[in-house]
Amino acid sequence: MSKNMKELPGTPLSGKELKSEKVITFKWRPNAKYAWSAGIAYGRFLDELKAGRIIGRRCSRCERIIVPPRMFCEHCFVATDEWVYVKDTGTINTFSLSYLDADANRIKDPILVAVIDIDGASPGVGILHLLGNVAPDKIDVGMKVKAVWKPPEEREGSVTDILFWEPLED
Amino acid sequence: MFEAAVKAYVDAGVNARKDIGSFLTAAEDYWEGYSIFDEFVPDQLGAVLRSVCTIGGDGLLAISNGAMQIETGLFDVVAVEAHSKASDMLTFDGILSHALDPVYNRAFNAHPYFIAGLEMQRYLHATKTTREQCASVVVKNKHNAMDNPLAAFPADMTVDEIINSTMVSHPLTQRDISPLADGCIVMVLASEKKAKELADHPIWLKGLGWYSDTPWLEARDWSAAGYTNLARDRAYKRAGIKNPRKEIDFAEVDDCFSYKELQHLEALQICESGKAGKLAEAGEFNCDGSFPVNVSGGRLGAGNLLEASALQSVLECVQQLRGHAGKRQIKNAKTAVAQSWRSVPTASGCVAVLSNEL
Repeated sequence: MSKNMKELPGTPLSGKELKSEKVITFKWRPNAKYAWSAGIAYGRFLDELKAGRIIGRRCSRCERIIVPPRMFCEHCFVATDEWVYVKDTGTINTFSLSYLDADANRIKDPILVAVIDIDGASPGVGILHLLGNVAPDKIDVGMKVKAVWKPPEEREGSVTDILFWEPLED
Repeated sequence: MFEAAVKAYVDAGVNARKDIGSFLTAAEDYWEGYSIFDEFVPDQLGAVLRSVCTIGGDGLLAISNGAMQIETGLFDVVAVEAHSKASDMLTFDGILSHALDPVYNRAFNAHPYFIAGLEMQRYLHATKTTREQCASVVVKNKHNAMDNPLAAFPADMTVDEIINSTMVSHPLTQRDISPLADGCIVMVLASEKKAKELADHPIWLKGLGWYSDTPWLEARDWSAAGYTNLARDRAYKRAGIKNPRKEIDFAEVDDCFSYKELQHLEALQICESGKAGKLAEAGEFNCDGSFPVNVSGGRLGAGNLLEASALQSVLECVQQLRGHAGKRQIKNAKTAVAQSWRSVPTASGCVAVLSNEL
């Protein structure tokens, strides 16, 4: 507060008073629902995950193999040319241990998030996923990892068809 | 978006990764279902690691901003994009309701098209326009759409069919309303010098204007499109238009609801206030009339493309002025006006004067 202002103007209200609706309140719940179409690249990628495979697209201009696949190369701005299967192993590019869930609730066991450069894709190209079967303090950039898949009958064509990525034994 | 962009860049003879200095998208997060949708734009436009911005308005507002970027001298080529993926929205009506004032206007639980009902009522009252005259706009535009291969809702209908269709918000019926469609439009703008180098058929932006009225439903001019009156003045002044009816050859105007075409034509001074309905009924705005309006089919025939509707209007003007409009070509057209409105609940719109002569 400034020198000229000794107290805040208005009527102070506590969070408790607001929640008890002792003041006039107006409630509104937005009805905003969407169904995004997957398109060719997302669609094929999810289909392949269901089958236990990871697929990418190759750009013949810059020779990059892009995972997850895209129907155009964002660098060359041309259509990509062919489907390429890549491995389900890779290297941790970067990672973080998240102690908050998506709604900002504090969680005891962190969510282990990583960008994994996929073997068979171009360097610096990979997928965002989870790490598992590893102590958080043992994770490091450059660590080799391998996908742990859901059993085939439980897969539904989702990125969660891979449960997580675990350290790859040498 | 990628395909529309490639088409536009090939047409303009530019390489997205080398020649285009800046990229603008007209988009609204709630139409997309993403927060901060801006960030999803660059890749499909060839704009990765380039200058990009999003305009929270319709496609013509993005063109206005793109033109200003060129006028600063910072860029000589810019790309402008707008799209509709309306089919991804499961609750378009709920999303539109979410645009109303939460305290004063949401409590009554009426579908937001009531705003068009209120406006149509007052417009008909003030101008003595009839519902039949409004319906004649629908008949014309859906018929025009038959000759536009990109139009989503071509049809041959009668005035009676439109007036007797399901009542939505009296006097507005279901067929007075433009149905939603998906689509994407990309345009390339260039400075005068660059355009002369690049293009065989450059179309010149002669004047632009964009205005917003108050969002306040309680104190708004319900009979006339005030935002278009002002945008018109600015655009016509820059273009040197003094007698629009004589100096302009055709118009693509917002017809999101049937009566809006008439109201907007009056605001553009194509005719006197209160005369547009009579002229529409007499066929003066038909393709072969004295002043063709929405030859593309407009929103009613080509579909409501949300923020891209404005670019649909500009695209038709460009194709007509180039002489590339195929079956629906207007003969000897030199100057056109494109006009936009962001639909309910907004009171915002733009006007552009375009010509094939510098």
